[in-house]
Amino acid sequence: MKRIEIKNAKHYASGEKVTVYIENGVFTDSLSGDADEVIDAEGLTVFPGLVDMHCHLREPGFEYREDIKTGTKSAAKGGFTSVCCMPNTKPVCDNAAVVEGILRKAEQVGSCNVFPIGAASKGLEGKEISEMGLMKEAGIVAVSDDGKPIASANLLKKVLEYASDFDIPVLNHCEVMSLSEGAMNEGAISTALGLRGIPAIAEEIMISRDIQTAEYLDMPIHICHVSTRKGIEIIRQAKKRGVKVTCETCPHYFSLTEECCQTYDTNFKMNPPLRTEDDRLAVIEGLKDGTIDCIVTDHAPHHIDEKDLEFSLANNGIIGFETAFAVGYTYLVKTGSISLADMIKTMTTNPSNILKLGRGTMDKGMPADVMLADLNETFVYTKEEILSKAENSPYIGEELTGRVKLTIAGGSITYDELR
Amino acid sequence: MGLRSKDLLGLKQLTAEEIMEILDTAKMMKMVLTSGNKKTSHLQGKSVVTLFYENSTRTRLSFELASKYMGSASANITTSGSSVNKGESLLDTARTIDMMATDIIIMRHSQSGAPHYLAPRVKASIVNAGDGMNEHPTQALLDMFTLYEKYGHIDGLKVAICGDLYHSRVVRSNVIGLTKLGATVSVAGPRTMVPVGLDKMGCTVCKSVAEAVKDADAVMGLRVQLERQQKSLFPSVAEYSRFYSISEDILKLAKPGAYLLHPGPCNHGVELPTCVYDCDQSVINEQVTNGVAVRMAVLYLLMARRNQNEKN
Repeated sequence: MKRIEIKNAKHYASGEKVTVYIENGVFTDSLSGDADEVIDAEGLTVFPGLVDMHCHLREPGFEYREDIKTGTKSAAKGGFTSVCCMPNTKPVCDNAAVVEGILRKAEQVGSCNVFPIGAASKGLEGKEISEMGLMKEAGIVAVSDDGKPIASANLLKKVLEYASDFDIPVLNHCEVMSLSEGAMNEGAISTALGLRGIPAIAEEIMISRDIQTAEYLDMPIHICHVSTRKGIEIIRQAKKRGVKVTCETCPHYFSLTEECCQTYDTNFKMNPPLRTEDDRLAVIEGLKDGTIDCIVTDHAPHHIDEKDLEFSLANNGIIGFETAFAVGYTYLVKTGSISLADMIKTMTTNPSNILKLGRGTMDKGMPADVMLADLNETFVYTKEEILSKAENSPYIGEELTGRVKLTIAGGSITYDELR
Repeated sequence: MGLRSKDLLGLKQLTAEEIMEILDTAKMMKMVLTSGNKKTSHLQGKSVVTLFYENSTRTRLSFELASKYMGSASANITTSGSSVNKGESLLDTARTIDMMATDIIIMRHSQSGAPHYLAPRVKASIVNAGDGMNEHPTQALLDMFTLYEKYGHIDGLKVAICGDLYHSRVVRSNVIGLTKLGATVSVAGPRTMVPVGLDKMGCTVCKSVAEAVKDADAVMGLRVQLERQQKSLFPSVAEYSRFYSISEDILKLAKPGAYLLHPGPCNHGVELPTCVYDCDQSVINEQVTNGVAVRMAVLYLLMARRNQNEKN
């Protein structure tokens, strides 16, 4: 295995100039011989490789949108070295065979570590609990019915109980479907645009239910992509009481608002929908005080034919790997809302700890997952540079600061803009 | 002065001056329309296509007659009998029409924003003839024209709009247009049919139909869109007509001589009883005539803008 030396890099937390040594795919204090590769990181900042605990790689079944090869390439471009892919594939990732298939493919063609998330219920149907024990043996790191919230309170209770036998984290997408037959956030703007709205309570009611269930059972639960002020407040209060609840948000919820839907541009259509400016500020507050543990991408590639449509008919979701770091740096760090080190925690150690991935640090002996970024580079994100198969990004044409320049996963260079 | 945009997507996109120009142009068009010879040459050598994904009697026919009176080649497509039934997308359908050298596409679609989506993707001018729950600009223009004719001004009028506010594109366009011209608008309907934040569009949301209608210069009933009801938003037609219809007694709360409007088609006995539909204050039938005049004005102004662009 290659010996790599990264010199003259600025450490993201300490700010000091450091030299990073990598040998046999792990971080070391020194190299046993001459470096095969010396990377001069003058002017760049070095970070642990980013961890995304919520994305969609679309394989198997939806390779016309994305596949493991292109998805992980896109992830590597965004500085990610570990990604956790949701189970809404075709067939659904609800059994060990599909888990093994994803892992094998990732091993062969992947540009980062792929950790599959299994379905919480068979077929994502919300009826019977899945074979999560067998899936854990095959390699899943969590279960979730993402996109199809667990509607039955009884099933959620069973899922939490059964998953606890295997120490499998449960992630729930909180949405009361009977309240959410809309295309954007419910409010004055949806009314003015004549679009059906998704009220904030559709999310908040299920967050409350999930928290109460977890509290009753004294078991952990992780709430996916929170987007509303009240939802965050419910989680904040629960954490204060000692409930084992964790949660995540996405870059779009702290950088964009429902106002963006004014032109019926479907690149601003996702679920949960973009909320109000007040909600956006609450997401930033939640990240600041630690109520929100993680920033995830919810990378959701869609084919142009599923997006270039009338607003209500278009699919939900946006791609996010390639912009997550820059959007975070631009909207959180540059604005002075949170420190760079705190932001990086939400994209490395926090998700890694919740899912017990053993990633996200640059400690000696750890898998050599590294990212170098130029924090002084301001760039306009363009369609042409996208490595994902899909182009459904709301940030195309946006000026962002903080550009990922090089990514190394497990000691191998997976993305390189330096040469 | 003319219109600024190549398209008429909604009243949101128009200034008060543009709206007034349309209303003033409609006045002239109404003179043409009610004269012995309706034929003009304003659209001679031009083509107009109506593309309707939803049912329509008044809007489609008035646009078609308007374009024919003005001398254009006109054609219409409806979803049944076109390739839309074979699954052709809105974009492909519109591009096909566009590539036949069409000048103006008049479209109605069940999806809010469908015309906004098409407008930058075709060379033809898009006229929104109703998009989902968003806007129905020419309906509001003809409603305003009707009041403008009666009162000589819109500024200072109090207009009440009652009924299914949630699904109504007519109420949205009217609130936007009337308030841009200085009228005040009060609305009322079952709370289940009042969309969140409607007041932010500039109207007053009232607790009852009586409260909305009180001292109004004009009262507009809205059709209960039974075909759009996904789930029951009111318990029964009987209860709706008892508590939310514009009855004779309710109409008496308006200013004496206040006008009654309705965009049609009307569910008699639901949003208003037949005796109110036919009463002296009702201008529902006049609205239909005005609809042709207003649509002639819209086509005239849009074509004038296109001709201007060609010259430049």
